[in-house]
Amino acid sequence: MATQLIDRFAADLPPDKRASVYQSTKATHEKRTKLLFDHFADPNHLRATAGEIKQHVIENLDTYLPIVEAKLAANGAKVHWAATAESACATVLGIMKARGATKMVKAKTMVSEEIGLAEYLGKHGIEALETDLGEFIVQIDHDHPSHIVRPIIHKNRREIARSFEREGLGDYNDDPGTITRRARKFLRHKYLAADVGLTGANFVSVESGRIVLVTNEGNSRFSLAAPKVHIALVGIEKLVPRDRDLGVLLNLLARSATAQQLTVYTEFISGPRAAGQPDGPEEMHVVFVDNGRTEVLASECREILRCIRCGACLNVCPIYRQASGHAYRSVYPGPVGAVLSPLLAGKQFPELADLPKASSLCGACQEVCPVNIPIPDLLLRLRARGKAEGAPRAAVASPPMGAWALLASQPAAWKAALLGGRLLNVLPTKFIPVPALRAWEEKRTLPAWQGGRFRQWMRERRKS
Amino acid sequence: MASSSQLPRLPLGPERRVQLMATCLCDAFYDDVAKATVEVLEHAGVTVDFPEGQTCCGQPAFNGGDWPSSRKVVRHTVKTFAGETPVLVPSGSCAAMLRHGALLEFEHEADLPAVQHLARKTWELADYLVNGLGLTRWPGRFEGKVAFHRNCHNRGTASEAASLALLQSIEGLTVVPFGEAEQCCGFGGTFSVSFPHLSSSMGHLKLDHIRAVKPDYLVSGDMSCLMHMGGLAEKDGQPVQIRHLAQILRDALVNVGHRA
Repeated sequence: MATQLIDRFAADLPPDKRASVYQSTKATHEKRTKLLFDHFADPNHLRATAGEIKQHVIENLDTYLPIVEAKLAANGAKVHWAATAESACATVLGIMKARGATKMVKAKTMVSEEIGLAEYLGKHGIEALETDLGEFIVQIDHDHPSHIVRPIIHKNRREIARSFEREGLGDYNDDPGTITRRARKFLRHKYLAADVGLTGANFVSVESGRIVLVTNEGNSRFSLAAPKVHIALVGIEKLVPRDRDLGVLLNLLARSATAQQLTVYTEFISGPRAAGQPDGPEEMHVVFVDNGRTEVLASECREILRCIRCGACLNVCPIYRQASGHAYRSVYPGPVGAVLSPLLAGKQFPELADLPKASSLCGACQEVCPVNIPIPDLLLRLRARGKAEGAPRAAVASPPMGAWALLASQPAAWKAALLGGRLLNVLPTKFIPVPALRAWEEKRTLPAWQGGRFRQWMRERRKS
Repeated sequence: MASSSQLPRLPLGPERRVQLMATCLCDAFYDDVAKATVEVLEHAGVTVDFPEGQTCCGQPAFNGGDWPSSRKVVRHTVKTFAGETPVLVPSGSCAAMLRHGALLEFEHEADLPAVQHLARKTWELADYLVNGLGLTRWPGRFEGKVAFHRNCHNRGTASEAASLALLQSIEGLTVVPFGEAEQCCGFGGTFSVSFPHLSSSMGHLKLDHIRAVKPDYLVSGDMSCLMHMGGLAEKDGQPVQIRHLAQILRDALVNVGHRA
């Protein structure tokens, strides 16, 4: 029987990679859970509250986006709107060209991965350097992140040491401290030479227009310290109504993402350098990116736009732990990616229609989600869509259900099948042309068929 | 599927009576589990009706994305389990299908109210015994160390705590905790055959954790998880003893001479 792409990817994954993904996700998940339950009487209540805040936001984007635009403008930022990945990239390029800028330092932002910004700028002769250590390593290796929060979860330090050696960053040395110091030394000069600092935004407060950034390496602060221009690339769903909502969301984000009470740096950016302030960017631009989000909003899977990109669902997911992030063939892996990536793919949905199938629907993702997204329900809706649209990738190795439904809606046929199934006990199953049965028996034994026995027992019991 | 949005249940009514949905797995493979369920319920003073026309809850096609096929089966199930008498299912996943899954696929259907009515009168076995009938302990005696696998479809429902409360109340029985209990066993319905490598890897991880605590029995409220784990273990040549919760409850009665 043909097998699903993600199943094959997982089967071919080198055991050391699987082990490193498994151990690291398991450790973070367990620490996250302990921290949340140690610190809060009812973390699930907090998750539900955060989910309501974000659901409110996405259902009222039409109201909030114009308000936040005005607020940001009043704070001195210039707001841009980008409907597509291409227009978002072109907007960033346009801002840089207008300043004659050629060098960018980038903090970690998933939306820049989503729109392929670094490659785009590279093609236009602009150096866009990743400053988050993990993203930096991904960049020098021409690789892709395999986790939302920990882009190099799939690499070990020996691979990284070899990459650093290759890039002329020092002799082979796989000590994590040494690797970090070398990256730091290299990056310091880059910050000073850069014309533009680009960041994402974890949240944007509609009330104050504050942009909130959380990092552990301080690289986003450096990216905003020396360059004269700050560009913030922001998905349109990143809003929170009020500053006080950040109390709920920040408390959940760091604990869920990295099992920290708070990240090392939490920045609130209220605009470019004001008159009288000695430092800071002279210009601030906020580029709001749609890139398919309004279509997601119009769909029956809109709850996925609550996502605050913490990665907790990846860490707990038994499939992600076995398959790793690259198995998902998209920027967003894991349970959230299995929903978001096919949706954001737009017309290319069939290409990724197998992703929602790569789940046992165990619900662990929803159980840890800080904004309580009903991920299993959304996976199911997308399975129904894949089937309804006849997406071939969704159908691979999927047992057809038509005949079963016919049997299961006609009691007489069902009872006959219960009795007929006893053939399974006498026929060698390799002669039974049902691929699903073969796939089952390849890994497991099949219990003896007892069809009809319970019904007979029940009838006799009722007689006595 | 996490059962986060479940409708409140209808009152049980004055009579202790249920309509048993035996589940297709018990109908086909695990007749003793269905028998044990009947015996347990009757011991608790419940009259058990068995609508002969029953087939399946519709979950295989629902999970597979073939919602039109699934709806056909759910409609048959709604018709078969008509009336106000509660529906009792000895399976967390079939209960979750009727309590939650069916509502998703009937969202835009005219007969949604009938499906909602079924959802509101459906109970998983342990939940019914503890939260429906108000039992706090189970009589009888059962010697042994039990590893209790929390089936994923009981996440967010009252069934997990109810199952554990009943097991722990049985004289002679010890529930032994094991690692990563919140993780799935890898069954996942059609997932088990569409993604055989992932499914079996997850199952082996689960079995490693379970074997580490050396239980006498692996117990769960869902035969699907047990069929998968038991089948993997047997294929490995290291079989584990699988038991449904209902079988443990029934055997506890039998062990002290109750007529089951």
